[in-house]
Amino acid sequence: MSILEVKNLGISFGGLRAVDNFDITIEKGQLYGLIGPNGAGKTTVFNLLTGVYKPSEGIVLLDGKDITGKKTIEINKAGIARTFQNIRLFKGLTVLDNVKAGLHNHLHYTTIEGILRLPRYHKVEKEMNKRALELLEVFELEKEAEQLASNLPYGKQRKLEIARALATDPKLLLLDEPAAGMNPNETQELMKTIRFIKDKFDMTILLIEHDMKLVSGICEELSVLNFGQTLAQGETGQVLNDPRVITAYLGE
Amino acid sequence: MSFISYLINGISLGSVYAIIALGYTMVYGIAKMLNFAHGDVIMVGGYVVLTVVSTMGFSPVVGILAAVVVCTILGVTIERVAYKPLRMASSPLAVLITAIGVSYLLQNIALLIFGANTKSFTSVVTVPALVLADGRLSVSGETQVTILVSIIIMAGLTVFIKKSKSGQAMLAVAEDKGAAQLMGINVNGTIALTFAIGSALAAIAGVLLCSAYPSLTPYTGAMPGIKAFVAAVFGGIGSIPGAMIGGILLGIIEILGKAYISSQMADAIVFAVLIVVLLVKPTGILGKQIQEKV
Amino acid sequence: MKLKTTKLTKNNLITYGFVIALFAVVQIFLSAGKVSSLMQGLLVPLCVYVILAISLNLVVGISGELSLGHAGFMCVGAFASAFFSKCTVDLIPVAGLRFLIALLIGAMAAAIFGILIGIPVLRLRGDYLAIVTLAFGEIIKNIANVLFVGKDSNGFHFSIKDAVSLNMEPDGVMLINGPQGITGTPGDSSFLIGILLVLVTLFVVLNLINSRDGRAIMSIRDNRIAAESVGINITKYKLMAFTVSAALAGAAGVLYAHNLSTLTAAPKNFGYNMSIMILVFVVLGGIGNMRGSIISAVLLTLLPELLRGLSDYRMLIYSIVLIVMMLFNWSPGAIELRKRYSPKRLLSKNKAAKEVE
Repeated sequence: MSILEVKNLGISFGGLRAVDNFDITIEKGQLYGLIGPNGAGKTTVFNLLTGVYKPSEGIVLLDGKDITGKKTIEINKAGIARTFQNIRLFKGLTVLDNVKAGLHNHLHYTTIEGILRLPRYHKVEKEMNKRALELLEVFELEKEAEQLASNLPYGKQRKLEIARALATDPKLLLLDEPAAGMNPNETQELMKTIRFIKDKFDMTILLIEHDMKLVSGICEELSVLNFGQTLAQGETGQVLNDPRVITAYLGE
Repeated sequence: MSFISYLINGISLGSVYAIIALGYTMVYGIAKMLNFAHGDVIMVGGYVVLTVVSTMGFSPVVGILAAVVVCTILGVTIERVAYKPLRMASSPLAVLITAIGVSYLLQNIALLIFGANTKSFTSVVTVPALVLADGRLSVSGETQVTILVSIIIMAGLTVFIKKSKSGQAMLAVAEDKGAAQLMGINVNGTIALTFAIGSALAAIAGVLLCSAYPSLTPYTGAMPGIKAFVAAVFGGIGSIPGAMIGGILLGIIEILGKAYISSQMADAIVFAVLIVVLLVKPTGILGKQIQEKV
Repeated sequence: MKLKTTKLTKNNLITYGFVIALFAVVQIFLSAGKVSSLMQGLLVPLCVYVILAISLNLVVGISGELSLGHAGFMCVGAFASAFFSKCTVDLIPVAGLRFLIALLIGAMAAAIFGILIGIPVLRLRGDYLAIVTLAFGEIIKNIANVLFVGKDSNGFHFSIKDAVSLNMEPDGVMLINGPQGITGTPGDSSFLIGILLVLVTLFVVLNLINSRDGRAIMSIRDNRIAAESVGINITKYKLMAFTVSAALAGAAGVLYAHNLSTLTAAPKNFGYNMSIMILVFVVLGGIGNMRGSIISAVLLTLLPELLRGLSDYRMLIYSIVLIVMMLFNWSPGAIELRKRYSPKRLLSKNKAAKEVE
């Protein structure tokens, strides 16, 4: 069964057809890219998949389960995690706490146990610290664990956001322009990290990107959006050489 | 007939609230802050007129002019000294608390100069009461003037915002301060002008309020200030027509509540209506829903 | 990695220690007879304000919501508990037990109000939430002022108009007399109890913050959309902070009510004036900083008393101090100056200069 199966997804904002007849199928362990010029509707697709917007048409199946139109929280519990175009970290929390926030639905104790500091609190907090640190180590952020998330440099903030998303133990990871604002070195490092995540966690990843080096470097398949419609779809090499795609990006 | 006279009184009181609310909403929309001291500027206006007219013996016109001038200077000074330094503070609560401090300051200065005793205010309105419907309905001069003045102010303000360069600058700063600055708009000057206009309006509201309800203490401005703030939010904070509608509706609800339900519960009724409205329409009557971009 | 836990716990322990030290110092002065009766009268109110400040900071600083109706919860707690205590003065002669039950009743009642008000209100945007909480605070105060409750041989009678409409038998007794409030509340509060309640408040709030629920609440404050994206239930946690805060404010109200023989819902005690005063404590002490709330509540409550010598001018000076402190602590310009001329930096500059030589 494919991890993600989307059929005929669509939404309009007033008179504007932002996403139209969007289909995509992603298999487990795949690294799939969603590209297209600015304003093509890529983030809107992400928002539709994660419950930020409710689609007007279409079906979204996650590992066979229908999650169409469900709320963000339910979708996350079902197994989709995401990062955002403009990094959305919990700025008042430490790096470690940001990741621990991601563990919220996986390790519990009741409010009373927390306030009264009963044994369960200590046991679970210890486990949370352990798991969160392990994740931070994947991204080489463990040294900054106690720092405020807002103190991290931009590149590390991006990595932290991905770490937090992974903490929710998703089946599908959506990355929205993870390389935005990065220089070529940082982008190379990011490509390595994404490949590492895919392998270590057997993670299925759908990413939006403008950086063609990254896209051609790690994505196995691509969908190209333009004005809300799918322009081309398929194996990365083929899609990037498609004259329609080239035209869409560069103009006539 | 008494319903209509209550209604008219409500519209009159509401007009005063509306004028005060206009100041609140303009400052909120453009400087992005809640000026808690706004209500107390009203009180200052009242005392200026009292001093100039009763103590110094000038004519009411001079008194009103003096009030407007003093309040305008006061408003602009407060903005420069106490609010501007906090414009870029890490939390919008900082300037809110400072405004509270300014409010306390104004109240206590007035307390020191004039004492806590209620001063009686001679109305500046010399227009005689209008007697209608064979003597069954009497509209006081104060009420007529209040409603007329508020209509003029509302119209004038709307024209000013739409047609003048400064007015358009205000809209720009309200929309996006950074972009406005990049377009060459003098943001500091625009904000100062906003406070000037708001404070001038507060002075006028003070004169009208004290003429209709002729008692003045250092705390006279506080409750109307809060109610006007409620009115501004009620009508949709940041919206000028909203402030007018909110103010007038609030005045009507207050007077009718006092008359038909209970005098002690009148305030609670006003607040209860506000709550109901906001629960149904969370951004106020004319308020805009600002969508957060994901 | 043990760093985090120890640093945070140490920080919190300092706060507890600070409160206990304060208590010890006051006790010493008291036994030495060096505390004026005026100051003695302030001890319990001080504890009340500290609890109110800490609990409000939970909503404003940790949950990130501006609530201007905090005094309303204090009012609920005060009246509910005073009513209970007055009714059971003879029934439960053991003051400590009676007060404890009154405390629970007051906190519960306030918590219920917190839930009822929170559910519709917490989905409003910032400024609108502020004005609605202010409205609720005023309504609660207003209703407390028009409550008439009496008891006679037939049972309880209740009215919101006046005492006469209760239609009581001649042996009837007024329990809540409208604007005259409740008289004859047993004076079960004391400074010791006040400090104990402050410590309990700190315990609840600090432990809540440093827990899974606290992280959830702060995540919502920092970035609601991101919090949702990691599966955190926004309404549940906003409501949790609001309700816990309300319960603690109710407890403060209980402490307050049992310190006076007459409890009235006067505007300056339970209206927006009080709510705003507590907000001033919170912001001045640092949004989210519980120790700061304690310090500013104590300082700002004592300040008018310390300035009593300047009697007429004291409120004026108070307001000037407030404005100056806000500008000093919060304006980016002042913060920049402080950083540049901070003792730490000057010392290290000196050191570097010396090393160059």
